[in-house]
Amino acid sequence: MAGSLRVAVVRFPGSNCDLDALRALRNVRGISPELVWHEDSEVSKYDAVVLPGGFSFGDCLRAGAIAARSPALRRVSRLAERGLPVLGICNGFQTLIESGLLPGSLLRNTTLRFVCRWVTVRVENNRTLFTRGMKEGQVLRMPIAHNEGRYFAPEGDLRRLVSEGQVVFSYCDEGGRVTAASNPTGTLLNIAGICNNEGNVVGLMPHPERAAERILSPFDSEDGRLVFESLLRSD
Amino acid sequence: MQNRVEIVRAAKQFSVRVIISNKEGAADPEGETIFRDLVLRSGYKQVKSIRTGKFLSFEVAAEDAADARTIVARMCDDLRIYNPAAHSIRVEA
Repeated sequence: MAGSLRVAVVRFPGSNCDLDALRALRNVRGISPELVWHEDSEVSKYDAVVLPGGFSFGDCLRAGAIAARSPALRRVSRLAERGLPVLGICNGFQTLIESGLLPGSLLRNTTLRFVCRWVTVRVENNRTLFTRGMKEGQVLRMPIAHNEGRYFAPEGDLRRLVSEGQVVFSYCDEGGRVTAASNPTGTLLNIAGICNNEGNVVGLMPHPERAAERILSPFDSEDGRLVFESLLRSD
Repeated sequence: MQNRVEIVRAAKQFSVRVIISNKEGAADPEGETIFRDLVLRSGYKQVKSIRTGKFLSFEVAAEDAADARTIVARMCDDLRIYNPAAHSIRVEA
């Protein structure tokens, strides 16, 4: 489609949500996504980048730590510096954290378990390039599936993150209340997703690409579509 | 049969050990579980806490031990072998 937004879905050895992300993006009119192998990524020619979930390089050292030092991430960094949209989902979020494009860390869940289930998250910031199609306080239903999703930052950094509005999604109950019981991983302040200062780089642990088609959700949720549709909003 | 002898100019090698653990403020659920469910439950009341971490051992060609340590410490920062937001690091040569 002429004038459509070109989005690169960067595939690392171990990515396994790349095709889901590709499909979810393709279902949004106005977006033409392409799979890009991390080693040959001419990422600079795209309008946006999605780092999909799964694993990368066996998650050796730490989840995302090796992908974060790959040449592909250097190119993604430059793209991010130009203000273009960069989304990291799950392992992609871990990679953005490890690359320093997003602050803080993602540690092993306090449960010491891989947590795989549908959760609800509250939209805390609808001014990012991936949440502009949402309302603040809106509750989205998406699944999580990870072992290292416990957001941690030293107290001062955490305070700054909150005061700068960089918390984008928090785990909540179905009524949108951010409670201890709705925190699946021990993540600080129920943080499920954050953004950089400019709001063009967003990372989240839940999987919007797995909640983008009603027929694939036990809850009939297609809330995840909003993340991708937000790319086309210019307000 | 390979009987060619290669003469390698022997730069001295040193072992450098790196220990990465969660900072004080970052919970260490694995350490807590070992402490609570193994150590205390088995009666080792003298043990007051346990922290887990990751251990890496490097063999480094360098002038001396101090040099080897500096090389590894710098590399740990450069390649983000640890995440300074959550981890503290100990480099021993």
